[in-house]
Amino acid sequence: MSMSNSHLDAAHGVATRAAVVIPMHNEAEVIAEVIEDVRRRFTHVVCVDDGSRDQCARIARAAGATVVRHPTNLGQGAALETGIRHALSQFEVDYVVTFDADGQHDVDNAAAMVERAILEGAQVVLGSRFLGETVGISRSRQAILRTAVRFTRSTTGLDVTDAHNGLRVLRRDAAELVRLRLHGMSHASEILSIIGRNRLSYVEHPVTISYSDYSRAKGQKSYNALNIIFDLMVNRLRPAA
Amino acid sequence: MIIKVLLVVALAAAALVALRGRRTALNLLIRRALTLGVIAAGVFAVLMPDTVTEVANLLGVGRGADLVLYLLCVTFLFVSIGLYLRLSEMHDRYVELARKMALHEADALAHRQTHEDVR
Repeated sequence: MSMSNSHLDAAHGVATRAAVVIPMHNEAEVIAEVIEDVRRRFTHVVCVDDGSRDQCARIARAAGATVVRHPTNLGQGAALETGIRHALSQFEVDYVVTFDADGQHDVDNAAAMVERAILEGAQVVLGSRFLGETVGISRSRQAILRTAVRFTRSTTGLDVTDAHNGLRVLRRDAAELVRLRLHGMSHASEILSIIGRNRLSYVEHPVTISYSDYSRAKGQKSYNALNIIFDLMVNRLRPAA
Repeated sequence: MIIKVLLVVALAAAALVALRGRRTALNLLIRRALTLGVIAAGVFAVLMPDTVTEVANLLGVGRGADLVLYLLCVTFLFVSIGLYLRLSEMHDRYVELARKMALHEADALAHRQTHEDVR
């Protein structure tokens, strides 16, 4: 597949050259709206239902997404990897976008990130809420995220400003490298260490995150940051599989 | 005094196993040998409790019962770590198995839909 540098081509290619992967777990309340929004800019949407007990798989299918259903709950990291692998095998796309199901991401940001990946030839484009604008974030959450960034910078050697942002663009060659051992919530840092280990080229892109009551309720507890640090340290010390 | 060295070394080894433990043939052999050893030592200790106290004194422990307790703690730690490693390995396999199922099902569905579109 040829990589065109013309801006016009880039603008026209975004919708079909990228597949959007959305891991979901009991998101029936918001998923239809999120998918409709994503489909304004992207043709291929893959939702991974991570063993939900509600109707979100049916709703997502009706909204026009391809749905892959985990037979039981395997964790968000596992769902992300499943979605990426499905997108790579089913669609002839050059890029995979990872997107959160709770509506905190902005699809226009995602499209701009794919365009940037095409234009700059980057293997990975990472969303950063600290380069962009963050709506409704609490002070304590901000402090934890900043600490996470410092930790991530020192462990992966990447010069990033946001460690746990679910919005990213992976070029096909980079997406193929995603094999996660941390199936739960620590996968974001694991993806960064994959980038570091394989010396992938990456850029950060400012994104807007909208914290709503729904996303806050669905989101992680702040103390889970300690679990993530523990996961990462053990994973670092253990020999490669 | 000797017991302190032995226990610290055992605990350090436990930490090492937790981080670097792998299922190799040598590890399996060591585990089996230790299991047999523990059973044999148990029988010996039951039949000759006074000897256990003598051994304990040699190692710098006051009573045989205390020595048995220390060994029990260390053994429990090793068994727990072994089970933890085993479980996380099984979890990795389980995730991969479930994922293969999910992907297979989704592929079949996509295939059927393309055929319906053609018709």
